[in-house]
Amino acid sequence: MNAGLPRWADLFLLPAVNLAVALMAAGVMVALVGQDPAEVIQVLIRGAFGSQRGLSYTLYYATTFIFTGLAVSVAFHAGLFNIGGEGQAILGGLGAGLVALWFSSFLPAWVMLPLMLLAGALFGMAWAAVPGYLQAYRGSHIVITTIMFNFLASSLLVYLLVNHMKVPGSMAVESAPFAESAKLPRMHEFLAGMGVQWSASPLNTSLFLALLAALCVYLLLWHTRAGYNLRATGSSASAAAYAGINPKHQVIMAMGVSGALAGMVGMNEIAGVTGRLMLEYVSGAGFTGIAVALMGRNHPVGIVVASILFGALFQGGAEVSFDVKGFSRDMVVMLQGFIVLFSGAMAYVLAPGMARLLAAMRSKPRGAVHG
Amino acid sequence: MTGIHKRFGAVQANADVHLSVAEGTVHGIVGENGAGKSTLMSVLYGFYSCDSGSIQVSGKPATIRNSHEAIALGIGMVHQHFMLVDTLSALENVMLGAEPHVLLHKAEAQVRGKLAGLMESTGLRVDLDALVADLSVGDRQRLEILKTLYRGARILILDEPTAVLTPQETEQLFGVLALLRDNGTTILLITHKLKEVMRLCDFVTVMRGGRVVQEVAIADTSIESLAEAMVGRKVQMGRQGEATQAPGAVLLKTRGVVVRDVLQVVRLHGLDIELRAGEIVGIAGVSGNGQSEVLEVLSGLLAPSGGAMEVGGASFHAGAWLDPRKARALGVAHVPEDRHERAMVMSFQAWESAVLGYQWLASYCRQGWMDHSHMVGATVDMMDRFDVRPRNAHLMSASFSGGNQQKLVLARELGQAPTVLLVGQPTRGVDIGAIEFIYSQLRSMRDAGCAVLVVSSELDEILALADRVIVMNQGRISGELPIAECTEARLGMLMIGGAA
Repeated sequence: MNAGLPRWADLFLLPAVNLAVALMAAGVMVALVGQDPAEVIQVLIRGAFGSQRGLSYTLYYATTFIFTGLAVSVAFHAGLFNIGGEGQAILGGLGAGLVALWFSSFLPAWVMLPLMLLAGALFGMAWAAVPGYLQAYRGSHIVITTIMFNFLASSLLVYLLVNHMKVPGSMAVESAPFAESAKLPRMHEFLAGMGVQWSASPLNTSLFLALLAALCVYLLLWHTRAGYNLRATGSSASAAAYAGINPKHQVIMAMGVSGALAGMVGMNEIAGVTGRLMLEYVSGAGFTGIAVALMGRNHPVGIVVASILFGALFQGGAEVSFDVKGFSRDMVVMLQGFIVLFSGAMAYVLAPGMARLLAAMRSKPRGAVHG
Repeated sequence: MTGIHKRFGAVQANADVHLSVAEGTVHGIVGENGAGKSTLMSVLYGFYSCDSGSIQVSGKPATIRNSHEAIALGIGMVHQHFMLVDTLSALENVMLGAEPHVLLHKAEAQVRGKLAGLMESTGLRVDLDALVADLSVGDRQRLEILKTLYRGARILILDEPTAVLTPQETEQLFGVLALLRDNGTTILLITHKLKEVMRLCDFVTVMRGGRVVQEVAIADTSIESLAEAMVGRKVQMGRQGEATQAPGAVLLKTRGVVVRDVLQVVRLHGLDIELRAGEIVGIAGVSGNGQSEVLEVLSGLLAPSGGAMEVGGASFHAGAWLDPRKARALGVAHVPEDRHERAMVMSFQAWESAVLGYQWLASYCRQGWMDHSHMVGATVDMMDRFDVRPRNAHLMSASFSGGNQQKLVLARELGQAPTVLLVGQPTRGVDIGAIEFIYSQLRSMRDAGCAVLVVSSELDEILALADRVIVMNQGRISGELPIAECTEARLGMLMIGGAA
């Protein structure tokens, strides 16, 4: 992507420097409101990684971000900016929730859970394929349509919950709970089964599913012809057409895979935690996925690492707003904003300067020889 | 310009370059791609600043930090790709950015008066009220020159000015340039066409590898010795022998192929073409007269709105045309005109670009899984056979020079033993050393019984390669000649739609 930078610097140094700059900028803000940045960062790190419970929450948040981050990256490799992860995740949760409500009373878990996964992926896929079709064959810009589809998705969910799925007589806008067979084992239950003590948390076995999805995305993009065709289209649609690839098909396929990945968010939130359909189970994760994908350089490994970072920000941020007096939740949102700004939107602002610096460092020994 | 150094990363684009141009002369700068001509001119015109070295204009030291300062010093540049606004008139283009009055109608009147004088003294005539979009390419170039002269240029830099002109338009341009020189304008001509250098220039500077290797008066040199200085060894250009065999069976045949663009404008009016085994057919014509459409429709990239085609034992007609994948399966290989847009994916590694279009081959992919080691191995093979440098299959496609990219594309397309080979601009942006090699490869494909179609905007290239020449004008075949009957003048007449 960046001709001036060596690969290692592009992959590791630049993101690290961007993160450091974001933290410094946030530190200045923290100091300006009269808090001690060092203390805040200490509390944040301890909150995110310092205990079994904190670490579990970090990974629980990260699971959702891995799904939405992968969704953004697959579309990105096909040259598409999928802003609709939010809506696709909502629809995925809806799909998983519907099959759970219908079948969980009589199907065993080993049928029920794969069925929920499949339904979630299919719903997310279908919801993303429509903007994909509109882009490929009708020329409607994918960024606009996917944003619109986010609103449609959340309105659809509200409508279904309020008018059709709410338990009669209940004040809470949520569906009836699923039967036990539609619940993914929590991580502490899973580990207890293996003889390891772990403190209870929402972290559940969908983390493994997320890591498996990352592996599958890696294999798809770099080891299959389908991924080759998809990346060729994303890098140069005209060259792809020359190579006998139909770019329109690629757009729809990439959006389908992207939507399916976003649709799997329901496995973490619905099958893993709430055990029922409710509002707000995605709560912005679709958008965080964009930042995660940008920061992770659209590579599955980078996305997993970036997801853990953002999971830590969410978890550690909650601890900070709890522990540090006068430090509100909004300050944490601001910190996240800085990271998105520096690692995402302005990811390459520092690149030219860094390239010059590295070049100067390399040529210095040679200069010394001449001198 | 004295001791100019310019380095981009690891590349020394200009090393200790000295260039002195006498006032009122035409000075040619020749060299292969990447020899540093463009960098040097960009330093002079203020696009880049040099790392070290100095520039003197008319005896006075000058610092040129941007094009405004260059213009202020009387240096004007006519780019290869014209810098004109299509939707404005010729007059408006001239005064754009240099309006002499805040009120437009007053400004226009002033500019018009000044231009009338300029046109009178230079012979550069352009209809000032026509929209640029309606002007011919030759007119646009005259307008560009007028524009720079209007801004007070006394030193005129021309970057590959004849690349888009017919032989007749080139003649006209040279007449104008000679007149400008006689009026005291200094002209710097960047080109790789040595014939033109010999015709027009007074002095010539040859660059190679970022250095000046020769600076001579035209009277003391020849095309051969200039070519040798450019490449660093003797080069054999031009035709080498006639076709070794009479053309064989018809391998590709079209009837009445009509192509319309998105605006429903007809780009090809009923194309009838026959390609035979063991023959190189050249398509000549000024760029944009339907040659690109011929390549795209024959290779399946473009679906025609009428007509039919027979190739590889299958027949196709409008509405059920072949696609590029099908075309490759039938033995039609295609080296596209545009390397950057079509032939390669610039952000892919070399081996990924080297399988582009052939990713469906069973040897590359089994059940949809790509066999990386086999693909990389095949790429290393291609690089060996066609001497692609550097021999690194994992380097980014964009990091190769134009010549090496083209060699890799040719290796890919020639490698699967095609029966029909379509080649667009085989040597665009390719240096002389590689041109020789590419020509010999295309000739050996012909000798092996392949039907070869070459589209080129360089007449010399058509004359060097083709056994039969088709000339196109405005989407029609305006003439067809065996190579023995081709002269530049006859082809030039056909190119502008006249009778040969």
